Amino acid sequence: MNSPRSAWLFLAPALVVLGVFFLLPVLGALILSLTDYDLYALADIRNLRFIGLGNYWELLHRPLFWSALGHTAYFVAVGVPLSMGASLGAALLLNSPLARCKPLFRTALFAPVVTTVVAVAVIWRYLFNTKYGMANYLLGLLGIHPVDWLGDPHWAMPTIILFAVWKNFGYNMIIFLAGLQAIPPDLYEAARIDGASAWRQFRHITLPMLKPTMLMVGILTVSGYFQLFAEPYVMTEGGPLQSTVSVLYLMYDEGFKWWNLGSASAVAFLLFLLMFAVTVLMVKLSRRGEHPDGGPA
Amino acid sequence: MTHGPRPRRSRRGLWLAAIAVGSALLGSCAPAPAGHQLTLWTIGREGEAIMQLLPAFERAHPDIRVKVQQLPLTAAHQKLLTAFAGGSTPDLSQLGNTWLPELVALHALEPLQARVDHSDVVRADDYFASIWATNVIGGTLYGVPWYVDTRLLFYRKDLLRKAGFDAPPRTWAEWRRMLAALSDPQRHVYGILLPTNEYEQLMSLALQQPEPLLRDGGRYGNFESAGFKRALSFYVDTFKLKQAPAITNVEAGNPWTEFGRGVYAFYLSGPWNIGEFRTRLPAAQQDDWATAPLPGPAGAGIGAAGGSSLVIFRASKHKDAAWQLIEYLSQPAVQQQFYELLGDMPPRRSSWQGGALRDDPKARAFREQLEQVKPTPPVPEWERIANEMQLVAAEAIAGQLTIDQAAAEIDRRADTILAKRRWVLDHAQPDHAREHPP
Repeated sequence: MNSPRSAWLFLAPALVVLGVFFLLPVLGALILSLTDYDLYALADIRNLRFIGLGNYWELLHRPLFWSALGHTAYFVAVGVPLSMGASLGAALLLNSPLARCKPLFRTALFAPVVTTVVAVAVIWRYLFNTKYGMANYLLGLLGIHPVDWLGDPHWAMPTIILFAVWKNFGYNMIIFLAGLQAIPPDLYEAARIDGASAWRQFRHITLPMLKPTMLMVGILTVSGYFQLFAEPYVMTEGGPLQSTVSVLYLMYDEGFKWWNLGSASAVAFLLFLLMFAVTVLMVKLSRRGEHPDGGPA
Repeated sequence: MTHGPRPRRSRRGLWLAAIAVGSALLGSCAPAPAGHQLTLWTIGREGEAIMQLLPAFERAHPDIRVKVQQLPLTAAHQKLLTAFAGGSTPDLSQLGNTWLPELVALHALEPLQARVDHSDVVRADDYFASIWATNVIGGTLYGVPWYVDTRLLFYRKDLLRKAGFDAPPRTWAEWRRMLAALSDPQRHVYGILLPTNEYEQLMSLALQQPEPLLRDGGRYGNFESAGFKRALSFYVDTFKLKQAPAITNVEAGNPWTEFGRGVYAFYLSGPWNIGEFRTRLPAAQQDDWATAPLPGPAGAGIGAAGGSSLVIFRASKHKDAAWQLIEYLSQPAVQQQFYELLGDMPPRRSSWQGGALRDDPKARAFREQLEQVKPTPPVPEWERIANEMQLVAAEAIAGQLTIDQAAAEIDRRADTILAKRRWVLDHAQPDHAREHPP
């Protein structure tokens, strides 16, 4: 047996599984997105119409889609830097030789990641209750007027961002921690001997050495945050005034609440295109500052 | 069992476990013992109460076993549609009467008129007429009402008396005066709680109007009618005048305690809250609250005809057994028991003549209103339209839209949602689709 054929033979089981459980459903959804599959079509297939790009066209003319896109973009633009900053900060603190009780803090900071979003959302909803919440109580101690955290369309999204960042930063923190621990200590030693301050060590050793980790964490976080769903679903149900409806939330409503599977599939593909474009852009931008040989500039 | 630090016994334990697992597997493969295994789906808390009613049924029908599956309310709609798409519907189910038209449109439900005609238990004339009517779609009966639900006023008798009112409001004008007297936004005290993300309150006001909510056989929205605008203005004004806080039920958190504390003097809600208030308010306060029919533009008592029905699925193989269960659950004595267990109100007049319901002053307003309830439009899209109606109304409350703009916007959204329905109605196939128009 020649080697390419045996390679295909070994790959075949995996390819079949990928094809049946991944490619086929995606293809099915793509076809679905070109039809007006809904309740009536479910009842009687003769009520199904092929409408080409009609779903996409309609979506692009729907204010709710654009506002959902806006909310999602807002969430990504504010949430991702915050989340990455928080996780890098926490990782640096945990990695510092001065830190005490490291395993305890590592566990404590990672705990929100592994808890159920529904369970912690219930607690956060109490924390942010306008009348009885601790957040407003603390603001009150400072003499600040209470904020209607989850009930005011302007505050609902920032509250959800805070919640999501708190919930998720532990995951990235662990990755950053691994990245930090992989930096050879002799680099810092050499820098110290040359008299570099802590800030300069961070700028010229830690950051460049962490760059591949940063890129990976960045891409993971961006694509994760674009799929914002569970947080608004349990905290606000998309309200108030639909100010926390994300693209994925819209898809869920269209598809599973109202059973408009055609239009829901179209939302999914638009979101996919958007995430794909953003990821490509991020990879391109990160390559820009590199030498052709791949080393840092 | 096999765990524990006793290696010598573990082999025997393993054998026992293997035999147990094997016999369980065999048992599940073997044909069911002569008789019927019925699968019943319940939605929400009814599942727990029905467990206590079933032993008596199974004693009376030894050949029928009932398996109850409880669906949470939030996932039930999705689960029913998915089950239909996957061909795994149960034998019978509880079904909210706003969801009924949807499953009828799917031809998922079994027509029941013939069975009712031959039944000694289920007698249509004993049921509240409007509640019965919500189960008749396009002239065919698809469900038997199980319990009813209409929204009306819970109010604080003592607060009203203190403000100089001896009786609950009968008209909107009276209601407005009371709301004004009982609201003090400075102290965070409001006349009423109307969560801005629940459509039932506005819908109840809208159903009091002479104009229907949809026109041309459910082809277009009718929200620009004078009646709907009147209801919407009354609703929005309540917020504008600070007689209700513009909050959602997520923010309202625990309305029962706040009602007890006097934060709200009125609460527009449904029968399950009788039980909630009885358990959540202290004994000393139980005489301070009461229920009253919903005030109308001219007179009290018209509300939405909500509730749940029992339906048999077309795909069921045990339709006769399922019907026997429906008959059992429709007996007045069983319905009274059901009310005592859960507080769900029976749909038959004779069930109200005995048991705890007869002399319950808190239930009297419901009894009065149930004679005058009005059904919601029987189209599969209704729930979605009602949701959009509420979203637009919330924008009007926030001051982003005027009443006229809001009414026009609701019509626009309703017409978009109904586009497919218009197409289906205009292109209906001449054969079976005609028999059961959606």
